[in-house]
Amino acid sequence: MITIRFPILTSIIGRAIAAALITATIFITGPAAAMKIQDVTSKGGIKAWLVEEHAVPLLAMRFSFDGGNAQDPAGRDGLANFMTAMMDEGAGDLDSVKFQSRMEEIAMRMSFEDGRDQFYGSFETLSENRQAAIDLLRLVLNKPRFDKEAVDRVRVQLTAALSYAAKSPDKVVDKAWSAAAFPGHPYGRSAGGTVETLKAITGADLEAYRRRIFAKDTLKVVVVGDITAAQLGDMLDTLFGTLAAKAELTPVAKVVMKPAEKLQVIEMNVPQSVARFGSPGVGRKDKDFMAAFVLNHILGGGGFSSRLMEEVREKRGLAYSVYSYIQPMENASVFAGGVATKNEEIGVSLDVIKAELARLAKDGPTQTELDNAKSYLIGSFALRFDTNAKIANQLLYFLGEDLGLDYVDRRNAEVEAINLDQVKAVGKRLFKADDLFITIVGKPKTLPTKS
Amino acid sequence: MSDRTPHSFHAGRPPVSRFATAALMVATLMFMQSFASLAANAQSRVTEFKLANGMQVVDVPDNRAPVVTHMVWYRVGAADEPKGVSGIAHFLEHLMFKSTEKIAVGEFSKIVARLGGNDNAFTGHDATAYFQRVSKDRLRTVMEMEADRMVNLRLEEKEVLTERDVILEERRSRIENSPQAILDEQMSAALYQNHPYHIPVIGWMHEMAKLSRDDALEFYKFHYAPNNAILVIAGDVQAAEIKALAEDVYGKIKPNAAIKPRVRPSEPEHRAARRMELHDPRAGKQSVTRYYLAPSYTTAPAGDGEALDLLFKIVGQGSTSRLYQKLVATDQIASSAGGYYSGSGLDSGKIAVYAIAADGTGLDKVEAGIDAVLADIKANGVTLEELDRAKKTYIADFIYETDNQATLARRYGWGMITGRTIAEIDGWPKAIAAVTLDQVKAVAQKYIELRKSVTGTMIPVADPETTATAKPSKS
Repeated sequence: MITIRFPILTSIIGRAIAAALITATIFITGPAAAMKIQDVTSKGGIKAWLVEEHAVPLLAMRFSFDGGNAQDPAGRDGLANFMTAMMDEGAGDLDSVKFQSRMEEIAMRMSFEDGRDQFYGSFETLSENRQAAIDLLRLVLNKPRFDKEAVDRVRVQLTAALSYAAKSPDKVVDKAWSAAAFPGHPYGRSAGGTVETLKAITGADLEAYRRRIFAKDTLKVVVVGDITAAQLGDMLDTLFGTLAAKAELTPVAKVVMKPAEKLQVIEMNVPQSVARFGSPGVGRKDKDFMAAFVLNHILGGGGFSSRLMEEVREKRGLAYSVYSYIQPMENASVFAGGVATKNEEIGVSLDVIKAELARLAKDGPTQTELDNAKSYLIGSFALRFDTNAKIANQLLYFLGEDLGLDYVDRRNAEVEAINLDQVKAVGKRLFKADDLFITIVGKPKTLPTKS
Repeated sequence: MSDRTPHSFHAGRPPVSRFATAALMVATLMFMQSFASLAANAQSRVTEFKLANGMQVVDVPDNRAPVVTHMVWYRVGAADEPKGVSGIAHFLEHLMFKSTEKIAVGEFSKIVARLGGNDNAFTGHDATAYFQRVSKDRLRTVMEMEADRMVNLRLEEKEVLTERDVILEERRSRIENSPQAILDEQMSAALYQNHPYHIPVIGWMHEMAKLSRDDALEFYKFHYAPNNAILVIAGDVQAAEIKALAEDVYGKIKPNAAIKPRVRPSEPEHRAARRMELHDPRAGKQSVTRYYLAPSYTTAPAGDGEALDLLFKIVGQGSTSRLYQKLVATDQIASSAGGYYSGSGLDSGKIAVYAIAADGTGLDKVEAGIDAVLADIKANGVTLEELDRAKKTYIADFIYETDNQATLARRYGWGMITGRTIAEIDGWPKAIAAVTLDQVKAVAQKYIELRKSVTGTMIPVADPETTATAKPSKS
């Protein structure tokens, strides 16, 4: 029993990466005092960021290729997600069972995750087994098998997962909200595909995706742990050296969310309605991004310190979970959030949320709220860098957003520099309560008041 | 387990997986070569001591980052609730964030946030725990706040009622909106015939709706005291500093002499297998789940917990497992299948096996497939290759856990709350490595017994509100 709080990336596989990106999207924080990031280039020209940490005999690697599920070809929705489920189903001379047995024997950890714009990999090994694990991962990246038996078996699993998702209010609301927010755009498609598209996917489709996407020019790599720069160089060449030089990406159009209606209700016979709300956000490279990020923290990104938590949960007892976030993607950005309230009062919850948005847009936060938010965001930076795995996740996000090797050291100063005028201005730009697009799944007995 | 907020770090069956993978890096016969050097640089340095007022203190060193995880665990959980107030342990956990004389209403988490820290809490059947993660120079402040609310909690009627609405919404989110969770709740209620583990941690809806301020305060005064608590500090803090801080901050609190070791009602002999069906329009596919009553590490004869963990790793974890290979890969009668042993309870453990039927396959055939796998293991045991692989996975899992101080804090806190010593927790990989093929076969024969089981099937049906052909739900 677990409630997923930030429903940004969803997949059965690769929870570590999902959690990391979510964290990175919500809280971007600065440096760990003693952490030294090295910019490593292998003999074969593969680049990576490295943080050496020899205190525990492990290493964690995170990597990504451009082109996530937004690259799923027409009629093959769910291909990237299918791919993530196939990566441990055999490679080289090893069929599924032999491959998975080998993974267990050397205690290698590997998972993959499809984001909208990136395909992510996660790899961990004990120092003792490092070379064996590298050899196995090399096979996966370069010679995955996609045997028909395995493809068919995984297809059955993924199709069953769709049946469950179709009955889960949380999953239904995410899917419906995105579909209506981005009609006709890859961002509106279901990352898990449909029964029909899953049926159409073949081993040849998977191999074609691998050839298009697994390429050196979009590769980003971060390694944290018990390895030297020289050793890492060899590792990078072994793993990635023989991949294609250049990815073949289908261009994805820039897009601004534009739902046809402001309110979408999907009837489902559950006692508690689940709602998502949102509107256009700000991109990561937008000059207002940091101010928007801080303001969102005040609104609904900061747990018990947030206004939504205060007004919806603490004062009124209307929900267990209420939150908001900014999700910048490659070709669009959204500001979004969610709440779950019994059918009788879901409309009340949404009205309270809209009122808070309107109030923040009109008056902005108080100086105290801003100071408290900055104090948290700056003070909590070190908490995101206290394990190899977390450091690797954070740094891959920074690398992916092209924030630079020194970002870790600049970050807190950038938060500190945000002033009240900036957050007020971005509040007016971002929070348009009347234009909010809302999806409700359940049997709502009340609806948000029409504006 | 239930949490105060949805963003805690635990997964589905948290104490289970945490504890099951807990282990110490030791050289073993099998891994002498590969683990000897690990043991040298990652040997557990965990130590403990006791304050004069009876509070236990555990020090988990991790000097890699200037960060500390501070946890206080109480030896009280949902299985310690008086009859008729189910959910009070978890409700109190929520209310602990209200106020004291020093902390204004709702300020606890806000103060921690202003310090640049994260905080949360969670409740299980056997434990309630509160924690903060902060930069190490803030440790004393959060310790003082935690010590303050151990004995000085203030509750106002209105805020209690509002928070009660919150836990009712929490129940709707976790249970009422999910047929899988409803079936699990019903099966657990049937699995334990006498022990309070049959009551859900979050409570039954009708009793939660009546929980009062008095119920919460009574429970609080009875159970919250230093001699009923374990302090775990993981992070970059010197042992001497931890000792001085603990004595200074928590040492001042008076113990409660009325606190006694926990003795709960125990299970009678189980004589008949139980079955139940849940017909629900919200079910995704037909599935079958079975629970068997089994001992926990705390209650089992020495070695049985480890053997059960290894057995059910081989039977049900991942796609090399017996259940997956037979039902999904070979016979193709299920789209997924698996199982696990959860041995982290104070008074009892549980074995679970499950499968989701492939389209066109009846549940009777799927269940027969599960039974065949279990019967084969009982008759023939597992192979040495399977056993070795399972051992390697568990011991490696332990080493991976050393990367995360919060995980380590949880490992030792949970272990000690269920009566295990640091030496036992640290000795886990050695005990795992020592398990023999005969032991695995023996625990299969001893504990996989139908009369001690509950089998639940989930049947998707058409929505009765939209069609007249639906069967009535029963559970």
